[in-house]
Amino acid sequence: MSTPDTANRTSSGGQKANKKSLMDALELDTRLLGMIGAFILVAIVFNVLTDGRFLTPRNIFNLTIQTVSVAIMATGMVFVIVTRHIDLSVGALLATCSAVMAMMQTAWLPQFLDLPLGHPLIPWLAIAAGIITGGVIGAFQGWLTGYLLIPAFIVTLGGLLVWRNAAWYLTNGQTIGPLDSTFQMFGGINGTMGEFWSWVVGIVATLAALAALWAKRRDKLRHEFPVKPLWAEMALGAIIAGAILGLIAVLNSYQVPAARLQREFTARGETMPEGYTAAYGLPLSVLLLIVVAIVMTVIARRTALGRYIFATGGNPQAAELSGINTRLLTVKVFAIMGALCAISAVVASARLTNHSNDIGTLDELRVIAAAVIGGTALAGGIGTIYGAILGALIMQSLQSGMAMVGVDAPLQNIVVGSVLVLAVLIDIIYRRRTGKG
Amino acid sequence: MTRTPLVDMRNISIAFGGVQAVDDVSIDLYPGEVVGLLGHNGAGKSTLIKILSGAYKADSGEIWIEGEKATINSPRDARAYNIETIHQTLALADNLPAPANLFLGRELRTMFGFLDDSRMEAETTKIMARLNPNFKKIADPVSALSGGQRQSVAIARAVYFNARILIMDEPTAALGVHETKMVADLIMELKAQGLGIFLISHDTREMMDLCDRVSVMKNGQLIGTERVEDVTEDDILSMIIMGKKAEQAA
Repeated sequence: MSTPDTANRTSSGGQKANKKSLMDALELDTRLLGMIGAFILVAIVFNVLTDGRFLTPRNIFNLTIQTVSVAIMATGMVFVIVTRHIDLSVGALLATCSAVMAMMQTAWLPQFLDLPLGHPLIPWLAIAAGIITGGVIGAFQGWLTGYLLIPAFIVTLGGLLVWRNAAWYLTNGQTIGPLDSTFQMFGGINGTMGEFWSWVVGIVATLAALAALWAKRRDKLRHEFPVKPLWAEMALGAIIAGAILGLIAVLNSYQVPAARLQREFTARGETMPEGYTAAYGLPLSVLLLIVVAIVMTVIARRTALGRYIFATGGNPQAAELSGINTRLLTVKVFAIMGALCAISAVVASARLTNHSNDIGTLDELRVIAAAVIGGTALAGGIGTIYGAILGALIMQSLQSGMAMVGVDAPLQNIVVGSVLVLAVLIDIIYRRRTGKG
Repeated sequence: MTRTPLVDMRNISIAFGGVQAVDDVSIDLYPGEVVGLLGHNGAGKSTLIKILSGAYKADSGEIWIEGEKATINSPRDARAYNIETIHQTLALADNLPAPANLFLGRELRTMFGFLDDSRMEAETTKIMARLNPNFKKIADPVSALSGGQRQSVAIARAVYFNARILIMDEPTAALGVHETKMVADLIMELKAQGLGIFLISHDTREMMDLCDRVSVMKNGQLIGTERVEDVTEDDILSMIIMGKKAEQAA
């Protein structure tokens, strides 16, 4: 797949006319379908191997919250790799942002601003400080790469050591916690929307997606471009609506354990009514990932910044001759990456309920692998946001699935590493066959 | 001539490392005129022209555009003077389709500031219909296009934005007979519209047909500028090869 919009409309070089016309009518990206197929295969295989424990609401819930942190960073890594760079420092940068936010909450804000622990401003000031830290450090690494022309590989390899240990220095290597209770809501299990609001979000998302489809079709008609047949449009809409509402239904069927509900009622000084049940619903962290994904996709497809990122990746000289400031672009791309590391740090530390010294260790590899499995080409110019998120989900499914089956830890990593290499090989063969990219 | 030249490059010099790529060269260009730049590979033609298009910055010398001293430090500056360049390499982002390339750096926006891809696609369809009626693959990445079609995209990019000064570096090098004819027709059409065109080519015969004047360069220096009706193809060839002016060679 090449640029976001175009490859969908590109006719692929298949020979089977019938199959092709159906695919063309739906204008689905075969690459995306392949990845979804791989994901479904992984899910089914593990479901069989675990006697049906893999595809339970509980495990799907856990999978989604475990994927969020890596997936958020993977969306930024798409931009970095598309512009022909790499960022090896994301795990370390996550640790530094997490350390800054943890210290803000537990030490600096209470000490220097006299905000008592639990003050409603604390989590937000901490998050703001974390995002600024990530953005500034990212911009700095982008400046070293773009303006001083040090290869990004070296800048961020150095960054890996620097920021990992900056985090250590900030916290004296201690585990910092417990974190603010509002802050913890971004971690997953401690911040879910409940049944009602999850349905509200699901329905709003469905309507928005259908409206976007409709607007796109109207816009094409207005310019007299060819549109797909109405039945295909409606089928696509039905698939999207089914996927969104299906996910919400699954998450809503994961019940909060009775003991936990009991504790919550007791904490509020109430008694739990007989037969009371509640579902977790959509975790706030997953909602955060969805928002990040939408914003990043809009940047990639609808803004000049995104266009320049892909153009620069495709041909840096051409971009420069077109008057694009590719140096500043590099700074922006790394700044976005840094800010996303900070957002991931919120999710990761909130999930653990504290900042630990080894937070984010090896995340750089997971993030790069997610982006690459998701179809981002290391040669630059090609990649999608949704692909990277799917890549993160596939990686996490493999990892948790193997853990559930009881595969030994070293063997798990051997499999994940092999899958990464294999995925890139399949991608290369696919591109060669279809002549895309 | 009392008219103001469209472009007047005076005493331009540039060196890379120890190599004097362009050495004290002065050339000018009038509206409705095609000036050809001839010379061997490495004679400095492309370098000279890249100074005008903002890709390089001259070590010394001045550029005057329509009688005013111009400062061109970047491709963006050059565009501000309505100078458009068709580079030898075409300078296309292969992973993007024709509309994205045509509007690269000058995208059409919606009222909210987002890219207006539909309008850019429509505009591209319009201009391609004029330049190359066979052009159909609007939505495909330009890597999927033939050499001639890629050339059309590069030309469309220069023409669309109402260039006053057009630089064409080897525009026909990769083209077949039919497409070469198309480019030649286009040059004549643009010239009739009053554009000034710098044309770089190796093909002396083609240059004699298309240009009003030709400037010959060798080893970074300007050998001479001649009106094509005053010289023969052999005169030009001897200037290129011997590095001497026609009357000296005769």
